Amino acid sequence: MSPAAKAGAALPGLIDRRTPRWRAWLLLLPMVTWLVLFVVAPTAILLVYSFCERDEVGRVLFTFTLDNYRRVFDPVYLWIFARSIYYAGLTTVICIVAGYPVAYCIGRAREEWRQRLLLLVMVPFWTSFLIRTYAWITILKQEGLLNGFLRLFSPGTAGLDLLYTPTAVVIGLVYAYLPFMILPIYGSVEKLDGALIEAAYDLGAGPLRVFSSVIIPLTLPGVAAGTLLVFVPAVGMFAITDLMGGARVPLIGNVIQNQFMQARDWPFGAALGAVFMGLFAATYWVMLRLGAQEEDSVA
Amino acid sequence: MSATLTPASRRRWPSGIQLLDSTLSGWTALVMLFLYLPILVLVAYSFNRSRLNIVWSGFTADWYRRVWENGPLLRAAQNSLVVAGVSTLLSVLLGTVGAWLLHRYRFRGARGLQTLVAVPMVMPEILMGISLLILFATVGMGLGFSAVIIGHVTFSFPFVLVAVQARLKGLDPAMEEAAQDLGATPLQAFWLVIVPCLRPAIVAGALMAFTLSWDELIVTFFTTNAASATLPIRVFGMAKVGLNPMLNALSAIFILATIAFVFFSDYVKKLGR
Repeated sequence: MSPAAKAGAALPGLIDRRTPRWRAWLLLLPMVTWLVLFVVAPTAILLVYSFCERDEVGRVLFTFTLDNYRRVFDPVYLWIFARSIYYAGLTTVICIVAGYPVAYCIGRAREEWRQRLLLLVMVPFWTSFLIRTYAWITILKQEGLLNGFLRLFSPGTAGLDLLYTPTAVVIGLVYAYLPFMILPIYGSVEKLDGALIEAAYDLGAGPLRVFSSVIIPLTLPGVAAGTLLVFVPAVGMFAITDLMGGARVPLIGNVIQNQFMQARDWPFGAALGAVFMGLFAATYWVMLRLGAQEEDSVA
Repeated sequence: MSATLTPASRRRWPSGIQLLDSTLSGWTALVMLFLYLPILVLVAYSFNRSRLNIVWSGFTADWYRRVWENGPLLRAAQNSLVVAGVSTLLSVLLGTVGAWLLHRYRFRGARGLQTLVAVPMVMPEILMGISLLILFATVGMGLGFSAVIIGHVTFSFPFVLVAVQARLKGLDPAMEEAAQDLGATPLQAFWLVIVPCLRPAIVAGALMAFTLSWDELIVTFFTTNAASATLPIRVFGMAKVGLNPMLNALSAIFILATIAFVFFSDYVKKLGR
């Protein structure tokens, strides 16, 4: 904080944060309107739709029904939900296990190396996930690079049929979301006070103890943020699962997409979306608490 | 990790640390390889003469020429530029003014508004996509450019707002006061004093908004029509069908552009410091 800002805090009357006058309200209006029209209203309408019926041609009838939710809790769809959560969870765990050491290594590296390594993570972070997924299609496809290399070493082998399998889906998801895990953990590691680690060693803790009782708790907010950035989008992702899994591994995102684009059962799609939204809100709340708690205990 | 330590304290550390250090570096190198190898292979094979990826049958730039001559792809690129350009402009306007007002004034509901701004940043894209689709259907607005741009602004402008807000927190409030004491109207003070100070944050936010919009597939998927199909929509359609060396070439161009973007935004960030 600048000295002047500190002085302002000490003399609240001098540099006050005023109540807006009408002109300021007028300026605020576009943003408020935008958020109400395109965030609040669509969500509300989605919820309304989830209680509606549809006729034979897919038009929505505004009559109240709980049928859509009854269908969501049908074992078939519960199973798809469970599988989506499982794949997203697996992706998140792999991203943490693979990404944490990388984030730690970058965060503790010397300044000039840190900048270089960070740029190296930024490039895949900003490269379109579609292109990065396509890269894996060229590798995993039956007549792709992996099998090409395999045949180079042992001619005549049938090769692996990896594309359009659950393995391919998880590879695609991990590849797409790994940078989103590394960057927030890096943020936490960078803030880590080296003196605390040193103190722990001086007090006789072994490397494992230091890692589990000092480093992990202090970097947990980063892991929580990374989990939000990876898990939540991965649950609802349909493009990567479409490209890497074909139609063979439908996840909840594919089912929702299908209800809106092909099956034209919008109310049912809306109900699936509403349940997903609840799931998202719950995850978000838990992770926020987790991150906040750790920050409190540090402060 | 030992760079910050004095030699004296280092001696007291368990000797396993050194081993751990090299394991960490090795792992980081492996992960970097995992992140880069597929991209590099993609770029390399964009120069392959063969239609199939496996065999290298000679160098060619022909796929790049074909991308350049592909009408629908160029059209999609044009659409992407229009959508990203317009939504960046709107996002910068909404985000900068919003950040300033949230920073400058205290009013009831400010905290709620702040929370509401964060919602589009974290909401799963598919939920935003389907709820916007339902909204447009309910009010009878057709899908297409306006629908896509509305969607893009909704998830982009909060990123501009947050970037500008972070910069505002470090800004000396006396500057605005001084400007007003010297006779500037509040609007003049904002435009002539605050905005120039915020320029690095605005540029960073704009870059972020542009890239988010340029790369976006999911929300666009639910709000676009055939005429407004953006580049990611076309690429998604092509990748679904299977291998296509033209996609390799297009991807290589994208990756090169991304590298340029990353270095440019790094440069902008350093200017801001």
